[in-house]
Amino acid sequence: MNTQPTAEARGAGFWLRLIALTRKEVRQLLRDKSNLAIGVVLPMILILLFGYGLSMDVRHAPVAVVLEDPSPSAADIVTGLQLSPYLAPVLLGSMPDAERLMRERRVDGIVRVPGDFSRRLAEDKARLQLIVHGSEAARARLIQAYASGAILQWAQRQADRIGQADAAGGPVLVEQRLWFNAANTSTWYLVPGLIVLIMTLIGAFLTALVMAREWERGTLEALFVTPVRPTEMLLAKIIPYFMVGMIGLALCLLAARFLFEIPIQGSLPLLLLSSVLYMLVSLGIGLVISSATKNQFLASQIALLSTFLPSLMLSGFLYDLRNVPTVINMIGHILPATYYMELLRTLFLAGNVWPLIARDCAILAGYAVLLLGLARFVTRKRLD
Amino acid sequence: MADSTLALESRALHKRFAVKASRQITQALDGVTLQIPSGSLAALVGPDGAGKTTLLRLTAGLLRADAGELRVLGIDARAEPQAIQNRISYMPQRFGLYEDLSVLENLDLYADLHGVPKAARRERYPRLLEMTDLGSCTARPAGKLSGGMKQKLGLACTLVRSPELLLLDEPTVGVDPLSRRELWQIVRQLVSDEKLSVIISTAYLDEADRCGQVFVLHEGRLLAQGAPETIRAHAQGHTFLVTPPTHWPTRRLQAALLDQPACIIDAVPQGGDVRFIQRSARNDTALVDLLHGQPLQPIPARLEDGFMVLLRQQRARDDSGNTDDPPLDQPVAQPLTPAVIASGQATPQTDAERVIEVRDLVRQFGDFTAVASTSFSVRRGEIFGLLGPNGAGKTTTFRMLCGLLPATSGFLQVAGVNLRHARAEARRQIGYVSQKFALYGNLTVRENLEFFGGAYGLRGQRLRERLLEVQRQFHLTGQDNIPSGQLPGGFKQRLAMAAALLHQPEILFLDEPTSGADPLARREFWRRITALAASGTTIVITTHFMEEAEYCDRIVIQDAGKVLALGTPQQVRAQAGDSPQRRLDMEQAFIGIVEQARGRHQPTSQREVIA
Amino acid sequence: MRDFLHRVLILCRKELLAIFKDSSSRVILVGPIIMQSLLFGYAATFDLSNIPYALLDQSHDAASTALIAKLDGAGVFHRVATLQRQHDIAALLDTQQALLAVHIGPRLEQQMTAGATAKIQLLIDARNSNTAGSAAAYVGAVIDRYNAEWRAKQGLSGPPLAIETRAWFNPNLETRWNVMPGMIAALSMVQTLLLTALSVAREREQGTFDQLLVTPLSLPVIMIGKAIAPILVGLMQSTLVLLITLFWFKVPLAGSLATLYLGLLLFTTASVGIGLSISALSANMQQAMLYTFVLIMPMMLLSGLATPVRNMPDLLQFMTYANPLRFAIDLVQRVYLEGVGLATVAPDFVPLLVITAVTLPLAGWLFRNRLI
Repeated sequence: MNTQPTAEARGAGFWLRLIALTRKEVRQLLRDKSNLAIGVVLPMILILLFGYGLSMDVRHAPVAVVLEDPSPSAADIVTGLQLSPYLAPVLLGSMPDAERLMRERRVDGIVRVPGDFSRRLAEDKARLQLIVHGSEAARARLIQAYASGAILQWAQRQADRIGQADAAGGPVLVEQRLWFNAANTSTWYLVPGLIVLIMTLIGAFLTALVMAREWERGTLEALFVTPVRPTEMLLAKIIPYFMVGMIGLALCLLAARFLFEIPIQGSLPLLLLSSVLYMLVSLGIGLVISSATKNQFLASQIALLSTFLPSLMLSGFLYDLRNVPTVINMIGHILPATYYMELLRTLFLAGNVWPLIARDCAILAGYAVLLLGLARFVTRKRLD
Repeated sequence: MADSTLALESRALHKRFAVKASRQITQALDGVTLQIPSGSLAALVGPDGAGKTTLLRLTAGLLRADAGELRVLGIDARAEPQAIQNRISYMPQRFGLYEDLSVLENLDLYADLHGVPKAARRERYPRLLEMTDLGSCTARPAGKLSGGMKQKLGLACTLVRSPELLLLDEPTVGVDPLSRRELWQIVRQLVSDEKLSVIISTAYLDEADRCGQVFVLHEGRLLAQGAPETIRAHAQGHTFLVTPPTHWPTRRLQAALLDQPACIIDAVPQGGDVRFIQRSARNDTALVDLLHGQPLQPIPARLEDGFMVLLRQQRARDDSGNTDDPPLDQPVAQPLTPAVIASGQATPQTDAERVIEVRDLVRQFGDFTAVASTSFSVRRGEIFGLLGPNGAGKTTTFRMLCGLLPATSGFLQVAGVNLRHARAEARRQIGYVSQKFALYGNLTVRENLEFFGGAYGLRGQRLRERLLEVQRQFHLTGQDNIPSGQLPGGFKQRLAMAAALLHQPEILFLDEPTSGADPLARREFWRRITALAASGTTIVITTHFMEEAEYCDRIVIQDAGKVLALGTPQQVRAQAGDSPQRRLDMEQAFIGIVEQARGRHQPTSQREVIA
Repeated sequence: MRDFLHRVLILCRKELLAIFKDSSSRVILVGPIIMQSLLFGYAATFDLSNIPYALLDQSHDAASTALIAKLDGAGVFHRVATLQRQHDIAALLDTQQALLAVHIGPRLEQQMTAGATAKIQLLIDARNSNTAGSAAAYVGAVIDRYNAEWRAKQGLSGPPLAIETRAWFNPNLETRWNVMPGMIAALSMVQTLLLTALSVAREREQGTFDQLLVTPLSLPVIMIGKAIAPILVGLMQSTLVLLITLFWFKVPLAGSLATLYLGLLLFTTASVGIGLSISALSANMQQAMLYTFVLIMPMMLLSGLATPVRNMPDLLQFMTYANPLRFAIDLVQRVYLEGVGLATVAPDFVPLLVITAVTLPLAGWLFRNRLI
């Protein structure tokens, strides 16, 4: 009596059901404003914030210059500092004034020119004091470097003027060239990182919420007792959110190209390929989380803690993984986001570096297969 | 291959659940063996936690049995759940409609999933929409439908194709009598037209009475099975009708009878009389005293009577072996001695103090008028029932009375306080039990009670006294440290009532307190309510069980925001055309009144009918 | 008045019980905070400790060998490749095997002894411009030391111009020193906000809010009762991060605990005010969660935690005045690292107080108008 449907009929059923479920998913996606808030509005806010608002670069950092030596050559240092695009010297009369400004964080550093400066400079024994505000360590280090650089350059020019070749202090001069980010601006590396964040947000966070919502609202119980297969349910979730992710990616790419004028050195197809792979990975994570928790609140917490925050902190987005202790580095290299981050930065700024791209794409593909397989494994049409 | 003429066949079916927090194991099904032939309409009945839903979920392949065998349509449910799911339809208790999708889109989704061809849809949709009365709102999002309409849409989605077996899990909970009747018409039509096998679980025994086969489950075991007649037979010859002595409210006599478990198994008010089941057929002298010599009129047993007999027997067996549970039949609050009954406080006829006064109450949500110019009053110690179809405005009225929603216009006075000016003052005088269990689930029984006691300003010695008192009154002693969310259904409701009565309010508001409850729990509940009313607490209650309106002193029937009838149950029945020649029960009266009002396109105000 | 306090107290007790009764919510309030403090404490560093570099030495003389020895001996450079051809540099930088390449051209010593300025080339992978900048500074420092030593060896006097550098408040310029105090405020904010936003939304979804509203508890009592519990939770979480910063990462506390906690209290109260407003606006838990999330992201980014507020455009800087986290981070860092007193950080209190004074009544108004 068990009339097995023919393979053809079953295939047709698969497509019919998949289309029906996908259509349902798309309709829900479009009608629920909160989905759009996460899927479209938040990415746009992030793009604008990252592009315009966030900058790690030091530009025109206020530096107090305390001239205790009234001589013209001492006063000339200020001109030297002014030449640096990174610094904005503020001339002050006394050290206590400068210290007060420093405490109030109105200046980032103090250059103190002692009273005997010009006299000792003539004897080649001049001393200068440079104090930086250390509470933002990275910034402080850059200011330190920029200020000493500016002063040494000033000294070099002084020496050139009187014909002393080695006045700047030594025979070896470092000539530095920045590869891949000639403009030396953090926007260039923040925006590719931003794409990783947005893809994670849509893939893992939003998808986990949407799937967990179905469990929570009990919409699945009736759905389970139909000919629908778990694979079809998963595919129907993946397809629309994959599209949302791609829209997010397109927004980011357009913004990167036209708003922030970041060059894309590598090939666009490769960039798309790696994004597709990462999108699948993060959809896999989202689906696994929601199937395991079946609860929106828990799913959001876990998605936040296991994907979003780590992508922000541990993927090399803000903090270079080469700087961190080995254990943290290893944890970072467990995250798929790390590989995607590496791929994006390379494709955006360096170009088609084949060994790196092949390796990272392979890793992402592996993760995608693993996580989607796991999602299929944990999604069962069962309530116990 | 198993016998294919059986829709369902189970042998020694076991299913356990682990309760996470308390680390206890619940035996949901404990060796159930049953057979349901194809083409039959079978009902699963039983009290809370009997295992009805578990059995249906096992049948649908959503759960896997721990032990035993289960074959659905001849297919092993453990081995091939998908094969079963391809051939059956299942409507869970909480049908998860996609609320963002419209009525039609929900239907289309299920039709697509079941692979219903377009031609078949053209034939089927109009019928489903007509049957469910959803034809006029196919474009409306499912989330915007009223409770009853959602339930009907759920059924329509389940019925987009003709399955070989249809499983319905309590499809009529929280659905008003009109929608309930329509729902049953659909099911019965399908059974007769398409020879469907249907298994339905229900808390309404009158529904089960109309099925071909009834299975009575109790704590995971099959207590009885057979045709309704077989179940009814357990009470045959023991059921009687008695008219209360003059000036006796029906529920007083009913309560007095229920308090005599030695000779009475069950008693309910019915059409102004009391219907009861006698334990033994011989005429008891104690009973004669109790009835003040009123004549007994033997009547045929209903399924509910047989069910009550079975359950009481089972409970008696359980109690003899287990002394932990308090006997459920104990009278609550003060026992009703004939003296108390005779004192006859707050009979509907006396013009006692009005504790609730409503005049020209209106509530609008945007353009929509939920409650239109409503007036009534409730007297002290009265049980006042708010009835009406889903979406009739009774919830809105109820929320305004509790001070949860401000009125758009009109006069509203509760416990002598105008709700417009002194809402906090009024709140001190009321207790509120919501439809859904609404205490803090992860707090223990004691923590909940202490919190609500504190919120009502009780503290110190007074709080401790009241805690002891309500715990004794509602049989919650010794349950102090159990998280309230993990209590069984009946306990939860008792706890909710205990919390609402800690501060001894003048008025108790109850919103559909008996929805989904089994008859035994409902008797117990109403016994407490009548005792409370007797001690002077005013009760305002909403319900979908029309026979429960018989417990009320007065009822109001609302539809489309308007009052259609107001008065004692007898008066309302009379308004619907009840006469000695043509007896109407409350449900018939209700349906009659609502349909009459809906039939007229411009219903005239019925408020003055019984002023 | 006693009555009022008593009611607030019992409501507060209930809230705390509801939060801490549940073992999973206990775990979720404590576990992630500890985990994140440790992870981020280690991960959040711009300090280079292990710079992989490639060397192309075309001199192979004493001067270049000494220079290389200096680099290798600095402790932060780790040579991953020694190259023969300039052509090979690209591959190493492209694949991120090396962060930088040092290219020493031919005849270094010869140039130096001849008195000419010898140039060495430094090629840096600047995909991360921050790391690149730091790495360049490190190399520069090594070369400076090398030059000084060379002069000394040649019998020349010291450099004509010596720069003495010092860093206040963070002598070794460790990133962790400024990130961890920031975390004291930032980490606790996420869950405090979410907890508050969900508190009313959850009660509304479970129907207990109606039960609460029919009691004589007045709206201010409910609001205050609902605010106190998350404030306590927030302070507890801040304390956890503070303890980890102080005893695990051993970042010295320069200021007074009292000032620090006063600031944290104000900050947490402002966050709770925002949370309650979200709660009043959202119809269910899902909305509350999403609104919170959409709000937390910009709040975090515009707080100065990741990038300095001063680097932002004016419009965004102006917007940060509505962000309590911005002021909390400033306040905590200054009290913790710089040890400033109450008077100095008082300006930070003002916006926090203003935010509280706006959000709490707003939440109350929203509740009154949306509910009753």
